[in-house]
Order: sequence, then C-alpha cells, then structure tokens
Amino acid sequence: MTALTATLPRPAARSRTAPRAAANILTIAGRELRDAVRSRWFVLYTLAFAVLGLAVSFVSAAGTGGTGLSGFGRTTAGLINLVLLVVPLMALTAGAGSIASDRERGMLSYMFAQPVSRYEVLLGKYFGLAGALLSCLTLGLGACAVILAWKGLRTDPASILWLAGLSFLLALGMLSLGMLISSLARRSSVAVGTAIFVWIALVFVTDLALMAGAVALRMRIEDLFALSLVNPLQVFKMWSLHAVDASLDVLGPAGLYATEEYGRTLHTVFAACLLGWVVLPLVGAAAALSRRSPL
Amino acid sequence: MIDISHVTKCFGRAAAVDDATLTLEPGDSLALWGANGAGKTTLIRCVLGLLRFRGRVSVGGHDVRRHGKAARLLIGYVPQELGFYDDFGVDEAVAFFARLKGLGRVRTGEALDHVGLLGHERKRIRELSGGMKQRLALAIALLGDPPVLVLDEVTASLDAVGREEFVRLLDRLRGSGRTMLFASHRIEEVAALARNVAVLERGRVTSIAPCQRFVARAGNGAVLHLHLPVGVRVDAMRSLQAGGFSPQLNGVGVLVPVAPEQKAGPFRVLADARIPIDDFELVSNSHAANLAAAHSEVKP
Repeated sequence: MTALTATLPRPAARSRTAPRAAANILTIAGRELRDAVRSRWFVLYTLAFAVLGLAVSFVSAAGTGGTGLSGFGRTTAGLINLVLLVVPLMALTAGAGSIASDRERGMLSYMFAQPVSRYEVLLGKYFGLAGALLSCLTLGLGACAVILAWKGLRTDPASILWLAGLSFLLALGMLSLGMLISSLARRSSVAVGTAIFVWIALVFVTDLALMAGAVALRMRIEDLFALSLVNPLQVFKMWSLHAVDASLDVLGPAGLYATEEYGRTLHTVFAACLLGWVVLPLVGAAAALSRRSPL
Repeated sequence: MIDISHVTKCFGRAAAVDDATLTLEPGDSLALWGANGAGKTTLIRCVLGLLRFRGRVSVGGHDVRRHGKAARLLIGYVPQELGFYDDFGVDEAVAFFARLKGLGRVRTGEALDHVGLLGHERKRIRELSGGMKQRLALAIALLGDPPVLVLDEVTASLDAVGREEFVRLLDRLRGSGRTMLFASHRIEEVAALARNVAVLERGRVTSIAPCQRFVARAGNGAVLHLHLPVGVRVDAMRSLQAGGFSPQLNGVGVLVPVAPEQKAGPFRVLADARIPIDDFELVSNSHAANLAAAHSEVKP
C-alpha cells in the first residue's frame, strides 16, 4: 500500500461561492451524455433504429421504383410507425434507469451531499440523456435520409426535418415520464419494468381501448379526438401526418373532425399536448426528488 | 461551525434521531458513538441535508435546508462505502466533483497525492480496492479545502491495515484545523481522532464526554457474553440482577457489562444459583462503551 507521506491541505480561508446552477447542470449533463454514449443501450438502440429505418427506406424505395414523391409518403409512414415503437421504448427505459440506479448504488445521496441542488441533478441528467437520444435519432434518421437521397428519391427535406423534430419532442416527453418513474422507484429493475409496462400501455393498450370504447360507448367524435390527445404517441402520429401531409383524412372521421374544427391551430394543439408531456412529468419528478429521501 | 439544534427524524413512527442538540466550534472534532441503529448515520444525513427533519442544522451559519448548497460547500463528506460509477476513471471522478464544487480545473495529481493515490489516476474505479476507493472519496472530500469534514463510518469496509492507515491520515487532517464530525463504533478511531464523544442510543444523545474520559471508561470496560441453555436464561437474568449486574437477553444467552475487576463475578453468581453455562466470550468494546456511556454523568 502506498505510504501516506504527502502534505495535507489546510482549510482555505477564502470566501466560498457555490457554483451557479447552469454550471452544475452542464457538468452533470456532460457526464451523463458521455456515459450514455459509451453504454451498450445507446449503441444497441442506435443500431436498431438505423437498421430498421434503413430497411423501411429500402422497402419503400423498392416499391416505388425509386421515383416520385409517393415513395417518401410510404417511407414517412413507415418511419412514423418505427418511431412510434422504438423511440418511446428507448426514452422511457433510459429515463427509468437513470435516477433509480444511482439511488441503488448510493451515488444519488453522494451527489446530493455535494454543493448541488436536487433540481440541478435532475436537469443535468435530463439534458444529458436528451443529448444522447438526439444523437441516436440524428444518426438513425440521418442514415435514412442519406439512403433516400442515394436512391434518387425526390424528398422534401422539410418533411424529414419535421419527422426528426417531432421524434425528438416525443423522445423528450417519454424521457420525462421515464424520469418520473425513476424518481419514484427504489430499485432500477422496478423502474425499468414499470417503464416497459407503460410503453406497452401507450403503444398497444390505449389504442385498443380507444377503439373498443368508441364502439361500445358510441363516443362522439370530438370526445374520441380529445381522448386521443391524452396519449402522446397518438399526438405524435397525428402531428407527424398533419405536418408532412397537411391532412388527417387518413385517420378517418376523427382526423376529418380535427382538421375542420381546429384548422391552422392544430399545430398549436399538438404542440401544447406534447410539451405538456415534456414538462409535467419532469415537474413531478422534481417534486418526488425533493420530497423523497435519496436513499 | 456546526450547530445541530433539536433535530428529530422519524421513519414512520420510529424516531431514528430524537431531539438531538450538538455544537461544534471551528477546529472541533466530535465522534458520534453508538451501536448499529443508534442514529449516527441518520444524524449525519440530516447535517448534509439529505433527509427531511424537524429542528435546525446550520453549517458555517448556513441553514442546511434553506441554503443547502452554501452549507455543503463548506463540507467534505466521506460515506461508509462509495458507490461511484465503476467505469469512471479516477482522474475523471476528481475532475467531475471539482467542477461541482465550483473549482474548475484542478491538479488531479495533487489532490490524489494528499491521500497516497498518486499514480492511480488512469485507473478505472472498478480496479480500485475498498481502501483505495475510500481514499479517493477522501481526496474528493478535500477538494477546495473545506473547513468541515463529515465522515460516516469510513473505515467500516476496510481491513485492519487499511483502517490503520486511513485513521493516521485522518489524524493528520484533524491537525490541520478542520472541524470534524464523524460516526464510528471503533474505540481506537475515536481515541485517535475525537476531542469529544457524543453517545447516541435509540436516536437520543445520552451523553457528551471529553474523549479521554470516554475512552478510559469504554476501553476498560467489557461485556461478558454468556451462552446459556434456553430453559435457564430467565433464572440467570434474575440471579445476575440480584448479584448487582445489568444483564441483557441476547439470542444465545445474556450480555453482562462488567468492570475490569469483576469479570469473574457473573460466573460466581451463576455457579451459586446452579445455572449451567455452555460457553462464554468477552465481546467488543463497542457494546461495553454503549452500556458504560449510558451511565455517564455528563449530559448535553
């Protein structure tokens, strides 16, 4: 063992100022981003997203013979469905694993014992993971865009940017939800399990429940539309179609109702819904972290 | 420097810390002494603002609840066992926590040199031994030269050699003018590091005594652990109480605190009562100290 012969520091007499919140958030976000990028989940999700995205692009391009705007329409539809499946799972599990695993290993209480506030830790982790998700989506969708261009499809860059932007917004919402789950759970296995359950509920169960409810309860069309706004995945789907295609006819009566009733304000309605999913769970996570013991 | 005033922390209905009041002047060194579950760690967590509690704790005049960041900026904290991220590099960990303490870039080598970790900066944390991890935690705690050190049973996970070296290192830190609050149930640690000792029992501070007096009492006392057949334990308790001892029932027999010159006393009492003894042992000083301290005359 190394001999302890060095001179020990004496406590400094200088005045001390706690670092600014922004500096702490940036420090924690930087570390979280580096950790995420190094981790297996990031590599796996990026690969899966890119490979599936490329597969969708290839199949769509092959189906249209490599020409025409309809090719992008199909590709977009395929990519929207891909995003609906993969992005929420990715963001929910990343968020769910973040705080609970730190709590489990004792790192959360150690961090809170430093001159940082709990909000700084939460936001730092959030922004770090958001950065990782953004990188993942950029790589995945970027690869698809390159393939489309390579195949000579006349694509509208605005459509790809819309899809990328909305995917990121959806990822942010799901990340917030994952972090809320994580700040409430004591064990990371419970948090990740709950996140997967929530993912299944959002992707499959609510869709089916909405359809069943519409038939069984003979719901009015406006109620059906209002209920579909509760599910962030539905909002993403409707907003993506609206942004790329400018029409929600493909969604049937609810889509027609939405277009006629809200018209140009639909973007605002969808934005408010998705932003609500970003902000509200994060506020919940902050409240849970501030009230609950980090142990 | 640290002012703990009427702090109470309950988990459900049970009070882990019950109306604790302690004051540490600058340069003071106070040991929190008590058995497992006495409330040492909980009190330390209250001082760090990790738990919600009733009462008031201030560090350097900063209320830990209202101005937690400012209070914790004055504190270097070393936990019992550090759960760092395993794939963190040693130098990365030091740089990360230095930035959180508002120090910007630090000379990592210098920080590690203070605790004898120079040359290990390129290692991953998973490659460090338990003792090295604790030294790393101490190096991080010392970043920015905080005037207060809070240590929570920091040698609990170390082997004898590691413990001795760590205590020596802390002893030199005490000499550097820092205020030190630490939890321990090792008498040699307390003797080496504390100026005063606060004894906690079931969350209450039952006594505060100068270290020398505490160690004299605790170090000389002992607890006799008598292993007895199941059927005779209640009779043994009665006989020992009648003989002037204060036995406590234990899983396999009774624990009897005894003065240095009275170690044979319980054997005589039980022999006179014809109560058989299966086995016996003299158990650790920590039990002795807890029991001895309960009879201390100095109250907070």
